[in-house]
Amino acid sequence: MPTTPVLPKLVGQRVKRREDPRLIQGRGTYVDDIALIGMQHLAFKRSDGAHARITSIDTSAAEAIEGVEAVFTGAQIAKFLPPMPIGTPFPSPEHRAVAVDTVRYSGEPVAVVVARDRYVARDAADAIVVSYDPLPAVVDVERAMTGQPAVIHPDFKNNLAVALVPSGTGVSADGSKVDDSAIDAAFKNAEVVISQRMVNQRLAPNTMEPRGVVAHFEPGKGTMTIWSSTQNPHILRTFIAALTGLGQDQVRAIAPEVGGGFGAKINIYGEEYVTAAISKQLGIPLKWIEDRSEAFVATTHGRDIIGYVDIAAKRDGTLLGLKLRLIADIGAYNMLLTAAIPTLTMMMANATYNIPAVRATLTEVFTNKTPTDAYRGAGRPEATYFVERAMDMLARELKMDPAELRRKNFIKPSQFPFATQTGAVYDSGDYEKALDLALKHSQWDRLKAERDAARAQGRLVGLGLSMYVEVCGIGPSAALPTGGWEHSQVTVERDGRISATTGASPHGQGNETTFAQMIADQFGVPFEHVTILHGDTGVVKQGIGTFGSRSQAVGGTALIMAGAKVKKKMAKFAAALFEAHEDDLVFENGTISVKGSPASAKPFASVAAYAYVPVPLPDGLEPGLSDEAFFEPTNNTYPFGCHISMLEIDRETGEPNLLKLVAIDDAGNLINPLIVEGQIHGGLAQGIGQAMIEEVVYGEDGQLLTGSYMDYALPRAIDFPRFELAATVTPTPVNPLGAKGVGEAGTLGSTPCIVNAAVDALSEFGVKHVDMMLRPEKLWRIIQGGRS
Amino acid sequence: MAQISLTVNGKARKADVEPRLLLVHYLREQLRLTGTHVACDTSQCGACTVLVDGRSVKSCTMFAVQADGSTITTIEGLATNGQLHPLQNAFWEEHGLQCGYCTPGMIMAAVTLLEQTPKPSERDIREGISGNFCRCTGYQHIVNAIQRAAAEKR
Repeated sequence: MPTTPVLPKLVGQRVKRREDPRLIQGRGTYVDDIALIGMQHLAFKRSDGAHARITSIDTSAAEAIEGVEAVFTGAQIAKFLPPMPIGTPFPSPEHRAVAVDTVRYSGEPVAVVVARDRYVARDAADAIVVSYDPLPAVVDVERAMTGQPAVIHPDFKNNLAVALVPSGTGVSADGSKVDDSAIDAAFKNAEVVISQRMVNQRLAPNTMEPRGVVAHFEPGKGTMTIWSSTQNPHILRTFIAALTGLGQDQVRAIAPEVGGGFGAKINIYGEEYVTAAISKQLGIPLKWIEDRSEAFVATTHGRDIIGYVDIAAKRDGTLLGLKLRLIADIGAYNMLLTAAIPTLTMMMANATYNIPAVRATLTEVFTNKTPTDAYRGAGRPEATYFVERAMDMLARELKMDPAELRRKNFIKPSQFPFATQTGAVYDSGDYEKALDLALKHSQWDRLKAERDAARAQGRLVGLGLSMYVEVCGIGPSAALPTGGWEHSQVTVERDGRISATTGASPHGQGNETTFAQMIADQFGVPFEHVTILHGDTGVVKQGIGTFGSRSQAVGGTALIMAGAKVKKKMAKFAAALFEAHEDDLVFENGTISVKGSPASAKPFASVAAYAYVPVPLPDGLEPGLSDEAFFEPTNNTYPFGCHISMLEIDRETGEPNLLKLVAIDDAGNLINPLIVEGQIHGGLAQGIGQAMIEEVVYGEDGQLLTGSYMDYALPRAIDFPRFELAATVTPTPVNPLGAKGVGEAGTLGSTPCIVNAAVDALSEFGVKHVDMMLRPEKLWRIIQGGRS
Repeated sequence: MAQISLTVNGKARKADVEPRLLLVHYLREQLRLTGTHVACDTSQCGACTVLVDGRSVKSCTMFAVQADGSTITTIEGLATNGQLHPLQNAFWEEHGLQCGYCTPGMIMAAVTLLEQTPKPSERDIREGISGNFCRCTGYQHIVNAIQRAAAEKR
């Protein structure tokens, strides 16, 4: 009898990614790599100004160019494409994919060209002449709230997209009843109050692959296939079907290889609707690929929230109350999730602390800028930043060690599940453990001594610490307009190999690897015998998508639930073959055997073959081995951690230099620690980028001043120190994997911990707060005697 | 139209191209070598890096006509006889990529880096790949990969 190889358990192992061989050889297929016979190319003519009435559009020169198939103005497109829907239950102004009579941000589309190739399409777009009647550009968000210098959407008085929404202690769930007594008492009884206005600045997500879409309407069949660089092909299918007048059964949406998402590819964009709708009009396949200059204006931005923070405490550091007044500059329009993102900032205002009274309020404001939507972290980094900066200011005021102030106020492990003042129910946590590990791992006391020694030499060195708590894997469906579940179908094929679909459509997260690890372990088969299918609504029958760090916590759970159903059925077939009880079977090493009788082992593949040609068919069984599951979590998960940084500022130039970054992250149970490290690194890089060098800047006329990599500082390899990671593991009870999610965590703790370090470094100048990013000129002015 | 002759991944090629056609578009659209990517329009991201006569070049910064007579290697031509280049293997081993979009350009830039600096320090590597953006990895695993490939070459 041949010896059976012993298969290692893969869950929890640093398994190399199976996605990589194709990607390192240039064999991935991204949207721009797709070529269809007869395919033509789109190019958009975009507004130069931020706010103007369109008085005329002359497309004659564009139409005269050889190779141009068609030109459409916004008014022409409006005849066959309805206004764009949003995915949140907030009131929203009409938003056309291509502007009809008014442009409201620089870069808004005004016309579109269809042409033989991308060069001709661009030539023709440039040849379109648009005349405008300029209107005042609304740029300053706090001025915009007074209706000045203009009202962008007539139905939204004072540019208020969402007028003051309250939440927290004393506020009823629907926000209609507000009792201020607790929060007022907290501040009345306070021995110390910290108040600070902070800006969490606007960022450009910058996926390395810009957006792109190929749409192919086949008139003969009446069906649409749309390939898009998206995080959620099923949501894309839903909206494309609705706006092109097709059924969801008539649209197939495919997310091929997707070159990064970071939240910016959740939204369904005007270009996707337009490409699909024109393909349907003309009956030909069309491609549109965004260039980088377009991406800066046409892909949603992130953050851009002002926070007015007030903390009330006793002199011994005990927190009494927190007020957080939020003003979100959402740009010119509501996109899919725009209005919901800042509500997550309100929700997470409670941070990791016992705070007897919390009051968060939110106002969302239209300006003449690119709309905002999700960007990695999406509302939670903002909450973390505001609270953790304020905690640091409090520690400084009380002359307490920032770690000890936090320790004193933590929600204790025995308090979980913990209902916060702002409506969240934290699933599990041990914040002190993460803090202690961070202090130990960073050698906090030694760092303090090093800092003090450097200062004695006249160097400006600072230390920063930040806690964070995240909300991930959002569910149940009441909490997410798209549905809070995820779907999977697992099939043991006739040859004993396994294919499994997932609605969690990845764009760099490595789900093909982690999910195959889980299925291989579940069925006791070789990793190489498992294929994970994703990103194609023609193959993956249902799904929501990948965002909010939900792939593993929600999608992974659906996967093993579907797997368990199939395994149970396979055990019934095996039980018939073995004449044994189905509960007495062991799946391991590519075989199925009766417990305690390894000699009985039959190849896994032979049982699979029997299930598809079941002669005889066991009583009560249908042939075949395939089943599906929808997993709907009962609650969100709440990963957490502690980040510590050391930073030096050049006294002569003001240039900051990040010397050290230690990140302790608790994402619950880990499936593949190698991939988790990569996720944390990426999050840290984006958080550090925000703290130190990234910022979207608009001029007073509403022109984007940071519209290319000449002006927007995307971090390079030399901008980072070597990150130092460690983990605590506090499983979640919300799902059977105990996994919480990790995609966004790095953006939360890193940002405040770096600014806390910068303020510490500048402490000799009496500075209390510095807004991001840490531009050398800003720091130099502080060093020269200006105050911030 | 201008006629060009060049060698791409060991194969002689002739083509009639518009004088304004970028080398990257010639490679991607006429030769269908789509492993070379485009991620910016200001020559800063490095996603389109290929080797032209053995040196790494951003192929969006060069017209196809300028490549007349030259020898070009793209990511598709880096493996030899089915064996991954040490850098390709090192990126795989060290989880040096996530979405993979910057990866071909990053690897091609690293080829030149290691030829010019066979024993690079971490600083050398970080500076050497600063013409290439990655938004996913925070670069640490890319640095590890290049260190690994350098060590294996020695």
